[in-house]
Amino acid sequence: MGQYSISAKSVLCLAAGALALSVAAPAKAEVNFEGKTIEWIIPFKEGGGSDKWSRFYAPLLREALPGKPAVVVKNMPGAGSTKGANWFAERAKPDGLTILGTSGSTQFPFLLGDRRVKFDYADWNIVLASATGGVAYLPADLGAKWKKDKKSILGVNFIYGSQGATRLDLVPLLAWEMLGLKVDPVFGIKGRGAGRLMFERGEANIDYQTSSAYLSKVVPLVEEGKAVPIMSWGALDDDGNIVRDPTFPDLPTFKEVYTEMMGKEPSGEAWDAWKAFFIAGFPAQKMVFLPKGASQELIDTYSKAFKAVTQRPDFPKISKKRLGIYPQATGAKAATFKTLGTKVNPKAIAWIKGWLKSRYGVSLK
Amino acid sequence: MDLLGTALPALAEAFGLIFSLKQMGWLVVGVLLGLSVGVFPGLGGIAGLSLVLPFIYGMDPVSGLAMMVGLVAVIPTSDTFASVLMGIPGSSASQATVLDGFPLAKKGEAARALAAAFTSSLFGGLFGAVVLTFFILIARPIVLAFGLPELLMLTVLGFSMVGVLAGRSLLKGLVAAGLGLAVGAIGEAPAQGSPRMDFGSWYLQDGLQLVIVGLGIFAIPEIISLLRQDRAIAKDAKLGAGWLDGVRAWWENIWLSVRCAVIGVIVGVVPGLGGSVVDWIAYGHTMQTTKDKSGFGQGEIRGVIGPESSNNAKEGGGLVPTLLFGIPGSGSMAVFIGGMILLGYDAGPQMVRNELPVTYTIVWSLALANVLGAGLCLFLSGGIARLTTVRFPLLVPFLFMLIAFAAFQSKQSLWDLGALVAIGLLGIFMRRFEWPRPAFLIGFVLADQAEVYTYQATQIALSRFGRGFMDGFTYMFSPIVIVLLIITVASVWIAAKQSAAIRPDDVEDHVWHKAPGMIFTALVALFLGVMLVDSLMVDVLIDKVFPIVISGFGLVGALLLLGQMARRPASDGVFFDGELYGSDARAPHGLWTMLAWFCSLLVLTSLFGFVIALALFFVAFLRLRANVGWMRLIVMTVAGLAAIILIASLLNRDFPPGLLQSYVDMPWPLRGR
Repeated sequence: MGQYSISAKSVLCLAAGALALSVAAPAKAEVNFEGKTIEWIIPFKEGGGSDKWSRFYAPLLREALPGKPAVVVKNMPGAGSTKGANWFAERAKPDGLTILGTSGSTQFPFLLGDRRVKFDYADWNIVLASATGGVAYLPADLGAKWKKDKKSILGVNFIYGSQGATRLDLVPLLAWEMLGLKVDPVFGIKGRGAGRLMFERGEANIDYQTSSAYLSKVVPLVEEGKAVPIMSWGALDDDGNIVRDPTFPDLPTFKEVYTEMMGKEPSGEAWDAWKAFFIAGFPAQKMVFLPKGASQELIDTYSKAFKAVTQRPDFPKISKKRLGIYPQATGAKAATFKTLGTKVNPKAIAWIKGWLKSRYGVSLK
Repeated sequence: MDLLGTALPALAEAFGLIFSLKQMGWLVVGVLLGLSVGVFPGLGGIAGLSLVLPFIYGMDPVSGLAMMVGLVAVIPTSDTFASVLMGIPGSSASQATVLDGFPLAKKGEAARALAAAFTSSLFGGLFGAVVLTFFILIARPIVLAFGLPELLMLTVLGFSMVGVLAGRSLLKGLVAAGLGLAVGAIGEAPAQGSPRMDFGSWYLQDGLQLVIVGLGIFAIPEIISLLRQDRAIAKDAKLGAGWLDGVRAWWENIWLSVRCAVIGVIVGVVPGLGGSVVDWIAYGHTMQTTKDKSGFGQGEIRGVIGPESSNNAKEGGGLVPTLLFGIPGSGSMAVFIGGMILLGYDAGPQMVRNELPVTYTIVWSLALANVLGAGLCLFLSGGIARLTTVRFPLLVPFLFMLIAFAAFQSKQSLWDLGALVAIGLLGIFMRRFEWPRPAFLIGFVLADQAEVYTYQATQIALSRFGRGFMDGFTYMFSPIVIVLLIITVASVWIAAKQSAAIRPDDVEDHVWHKAPGMIFTALVALFLGVMLVDSLMVDVLIDKVFPIVISGFGLVGALLLLGQMARRPASDGVFFDGELYGSDARAPHGLWTMLAWFCSLLVLTSLFGFVIALALFFVAFLRLRANVGWMRLIVMTVAGLAAIILIASLLNRDFPPGLLQSYVDMPWPLRGR
């Protein structure tokens, strides 16, 4: 069996740990979900990043909620994730039996004023925020050039498999443009996995993956000498500064690379806009919400349950591979992430809209 | 790499893991679940896997994998029941099976058709597993050799099947395919997300889904037609050939089965092609290699054996991109990867390298599940085939219930049912005027990839040409592309040469009415014209080129067809009208009254929600149309409702809510959601 397999023994340990926690901190609220089914709405398709993330948490959440209700993930994809979020805003009852998981791909249309958005993040109550990061990489030959002299690849015509300029991809696209790289995105790929496949086939010669996909799918390529990581997007410290990604401490951030190549720290409108959308897209990527009007008791119950999950003794071990080493914030800290992810300076938004229009001809009505 | 030296020890270890009582037990559980879910059209692997995922966490890995594989493997087996017996394409994997499977059932040979289908599935599944066992070790470079030009060429090969399947009029086939492409292009553009032909409706933004189009194009026209004729599915309610004949028929066509299994494995192995074309390629191949083509569409057993051999082999082939690259070939494979993660395995390059015994466990669980599933279905086929002798009106409420429920799984909106009726109408008229429905479906299925691959391959090629002419040239014309090009040209050439044989002139000296066929063609032209105008108004260039091209060519084709119709005499076959000739012409009931029954279910649902509407519909239909006594009526209604509610609650599915539900709060099955 592999090193990551979950043996019966560790499952027992998990159960024991959960039991110990629930004994140690008996819920004083009367909320009890015994015999109930909790539907966790994921506005994305089966098998995507958000789906995997929710399916990682669902069984753990079940153990931690009072009454151990069944927690089922319900995929409600469509209209760039706005369909499921709209449904949640309109129809979900605040009885604690329906929760929503959103992603950067839900935040972006909200921030950019997409015509399909009929929900408002301000209405919802956050109970968990999961951060993540991203890593950009090059093929071996270009990677070797990059290592010698970063400016030596400025003349290369890069091809990048992209899901669309208004998606999370706008973070890497803008970053590369700020560095002066000539990147032509090939749009219309389905998921970042397909982008990586294009890279492996040699059709794309620059790519990025979010942390968990990078760890499991790209690290083997790096070990084989077929790919070279060049930068991470970074992570956010407690004061809101961009620092090295704790999952990839040896990799310079985009900010460091920029400083080295340009001889000065990034600043100005483009940088402010990039930073705002990076934060909304990565450190504040995935969030879990209770609907508008949920009682404080319910919010506390869920916050406590997610906190119990993230404080399990074995959580670092089981989550490292699946989520990377990132903050899994609950309570007040989660609320901070919500603000960072959903309230962005209007100037930054206006700049991004102008850039999307002039660079890619995309306008969001 | 020493192939045998690597494979055999791992294989031995894998067999040790699978062939234990516990693992086999879980495999059987998975197979039984898969068979039960697969029988319901529209549910498929995603629904089945979602049912077991909550229990997977913490299971011993080999047991969990065995259960999940067992479940996924048999769904393309058991969905054959709906395809053959009811003419309902159970899933995307069995659409071509309907073409000849259902006519066989109508001839009273349901058991023969089912048995041939299951034997072919069994063979295809086993074949896929054997090939995979060795192929998976060397597959990586081969799979990586399939870049965008190769994928584009495979898509073109898929389109070349339109020529084979066009039937009497090639022009009708081309326009039908163009119409399919246009319908497939509705919704958000794949590149930059511009809205196309959605008229501001959120429902159309994501485009129509295959479930709805498949049901509308095939199931609705057939069911309405049978209902009009008021007879059992099997002619004279008699059963002819039995299941042993089916097994024999497969044996007589074993080489066809081998070839189609090879097609299935290849299409499955290439990621990004999607499984929904494989049965059409297999069906087209079957037609091309059959001397007497007159039987196709009328109940030719080879038309069942071909696609069924390929679709189970495809599941095996589909494991290659899933396991080797972590890229799911289908929705159910995506959930399967999720389940693997719960068990502690992450699909990807390291999986085959480091976990070869576990990989083989998956491959051979697939083979075993195929044997078990197909064996069980074969065993049941004789009995279940008797359904075709039941008076059809008695089955109709159940069929309508299944179809509506299946369609609702598409987007869980009442509009799913509206879209189903709209596509159903299109299907009814295409059937009536002899427009080739498979051509439409091929266009629909391939629309997205045709657009994306064309655009992406062009862009990369331009960049390569920028680097140097040879660089671009070798990219576009790799050896694989050239081989595929030759196959495509040969296939079109053979189709053209044999076209006379595919167009039987069985209808002679019949004088048709010119107007109805021309009006339908004009409406198709109108739709394509609207599409053309709409595409011209799209802002982003890369989002408008494809719809302009297809609607433009489609429109030209439709206008040519209209011109042809205007010139030709009314006795020409192009005016074929099912209302004037054949079984529909002699039907005692009219089209519109029967369609109205289906629409009444829709209207009732929009008012009272699905469950209440079903109860009302069952009572009204069974009493007024099927003349059933009250006692039987109550038993049938309760049984139907209980079954659908049970399935929905087990699989955590919703029902469409109606107007009533937005005013009154109700408990679950009535509430819908």
